[in-house]
Amino acid sequence: MSFPWAKQYKPTTGFGQWMDERLPVGRMVYNSLGAGYPAPRNLNYMWNFGSIAGFFLVVQIVTGIILAMHYAANAAIAFDSVEHIMRDVNSGWMIRYAHANGASFFFIAIYLHIGRGLYYGSYKAPREMIWLLGVVIYLLAMATAFMGYVLPWGQMSFWGAKVITGLFEAIPIVGKPIQELLLGGFAPDNAALNRFFSLHYLLPFIIAGVVIMHIWALHIPGSSNPTGVNVKGEQDTIPFHPFYTVKDGWFLGLALIFFTAMMFFMPNALGHADNYIPANPLSTPAHIVPEWYFWPWYAILRAFTFDFLFIPAKLLGVLAMFSAILVWFFLPWLDKSPVRSGDYRPKFKKFFWFGLIPCVAVLGYCGGAPAEEPFVMMSQIAGAYYFAHFLIILPLLSRIEKPEPLPNSITEAVTGKPLKQTS
Amino acid sequence: MVRFFGILIGLFFTGMLVYSFGRGAVEYISNPPVKAVEYQFHEEPKDVSFASDGPFGKFDNQQLQRGFQVYKEVCAACHSIRLVAFRNLAELGYTDDEVKAIAANWPIETPAIDPETGEASTRPSIPADKFPLAFANDVAAAAANNNAIPPDLSLMTKAREGGAPYIYSLLTGYTDPPAALPEANRPGPGLHYNPYFANLNIAMAPPITGNDQVTYSDGTKATVSQMAKDVSAFLIWTAEPSLIKQKQTGWAVIGFLLLATILAFLSYKTIWADLKAQKKKKAA
Repeated sequence: MSFPWAKQYKPTTGFGQWMDERLPVGRMVYNSLGAGYPAPRNLNYMWNFGSIAGFFLVVQIVTGIILAMHYAANAAIAFDSVEHIMRDVNSGWMIRYAHANGASFFFIAIYLHIGRGLYYGSYKAPREMIWLLGVVIYLLAMATAFMGYVLPWGQMSFWGAKVITGLFEAIPIVGKPIQELLLGGFAPDNAALNRFFSLHYLLPFIIAGVVIMHIWALHIPGSSNPTGVNVKGEQDTIPFHPFYTVKDGWFLGLALIFFTAMMFFMPNALGHADNYIPANPLSTPAHIVPEWYFWPWYAILRAFTFDFLFIPAKLLGVLAMFSAILVWFFLPWLDKSPVRSGDYRPKFKKFFWFGLIPCVAVLGYCGGAPAEEPFVMMSQIAGAYYFAHFLIILPLLSRIEKPEPLPNSITEAVTGKPLKQTS
Repeated sequence: MVRFFGILIGLFFTGMLVYSFGRGAVEYISNPPVKAVEYQFHEEPKDVSFASDGPFGKFDNQQLQRGFQVYKEVCAACHSIRLVAFRNLAELGYTDDEVKAIAANWPIETPAIDPETGEASTRPSIPADKFPLAFANDVAAAAANNNAIPPDLSLMTKAREGGAPYIYSLLTGYTDPPAALPEANRPGPGLHYNPYFANLNIAMAPPITGNDQVTYSDGTKATVSQMAKDVSAFLIWTAEPSLIKQKQTGWAVIGFLLLATILAFLSYKTIWADLKAQKKKKAA
């Protein structure tokens, strides 16, 4: 579906016409990323991170395929094969550092993309499906990134695998068998490394498939926008190409400058020194911490320090950690405010900027810190707010909040002049 | 329905966390945690800089050669650099003949199989070989070193928080234990006090003990600090041989991206000019 005023694809060459009648790839691209997709005229720069996340997914797949040509998924030689890439493969260091830092930039983009969705209410009707698929992408990306970090088979790889798969052990009855199934044994070893490599290669293609569905679902209602007001007429939209291709394009260039600065000048800044020590099951690192993009969830996991009746604290932590992400699946039905954009919700806006954002920042900080006071207490307060925000505040807020008046149209919000009804 | 159950679950998790916080806070106030002795006496790495630091850094080949000499004469007896090949030494400015001679004369030979008998034997190294291990295996290494295995040094500056300055500080940081150090944290038999080491007591005996322990052929005075710095610089190279190439490539890539991004930004400005002109003026 598209708006009735969307530009129509017209093949200009004989070959284009021939193809269009048989396999209309050109038409599909034209209608999804080209001039055939009318997008709201008022998208701000927070709407750029979807294309950036997509770009980094491609970077990860391309660099990953090249790395897999030189990497050996065998516990005896995995560590050395990574060093072989760094030392003996032509420009191997460039491919590996692009892949290692590309993961971080993928998550930076995805977090800003999620944050934009949370603030501007992009999860609300009629865009619930886009949001749900997005959460699926995020979960798959976390699984992929976790397994990728295990592959170099350094100390943090090994102990990270041990701790994360050990979480399943907390689940009663089925937990232990699940953990053994994940690892292919009782502790991380060759079997675990091999299946992690296999899945690490597989999952990005599944992510790419879900991304296609995510974009497909997006093109049914079209993009949301900072006012949250529906598109009402042709004047409210501009063709995606050239307007948003050029905006996405120059902003991608800016993102790449940050990315390459990181990758060429401080490639290990986001990594962990312990992962340059080969995996050693007999020597536990002093602090086992996951990669930075898992820190908020890791802080929630460690914030539960007391048993509840017959439920041990560890199981509570595991349940809370998964719930903290799974709650996003219910968000479209938890927040019933008819107003999408946080710009027009005075109370929501305060809870977002002074509640949710600082609380996630504190959780992130504490997740990377050692498991000791005062960090545990800080993550308990921040974690309590996190659950309260999504499960208590948002459901109740729509009842008591009085939204500010919405503009009549996107055009009016931008130009100050009313929308001309053309149809 | 979703909201009803949501609020119940939310109250449960929030309640548990507030309760845990309360219990933790009471515990924290009534029984404040004591900083471990390791934290009190531990010292951060010294402030020391290397020629390869910074975005424009370059390796000082003279220094790397001196560092290699320190490694060879002081460290190599116990510590291997198994990921480095003799041929890599050419990057430090050694000629092919010098590399061949270094490989052939290396005190530890490369493991091989005797072509006559098929038994395990050794042969002199060639440039294509990696540096041979200092000990046949970990058991032999532990047996010869009071049960502590000397770690491989190939990646040492990347494998420790603090990097090369940490290595330098560790090598120059051996002192007598301070008087205030509790008995339990004093070095036991075969251990040595070093405040830069994580648990304060390291199994490695002070490797660089006095000035002129090695004789530099380029006339540089071999002070303890100089030798420690040179070998740290050498270990930066063993850990990241392509370090300088990375930085140089980085500048070229960023230069290109800067140009491309400016052009893309100007296209953006041009394409959006008409739309921007329609925007309402912000009230002053």
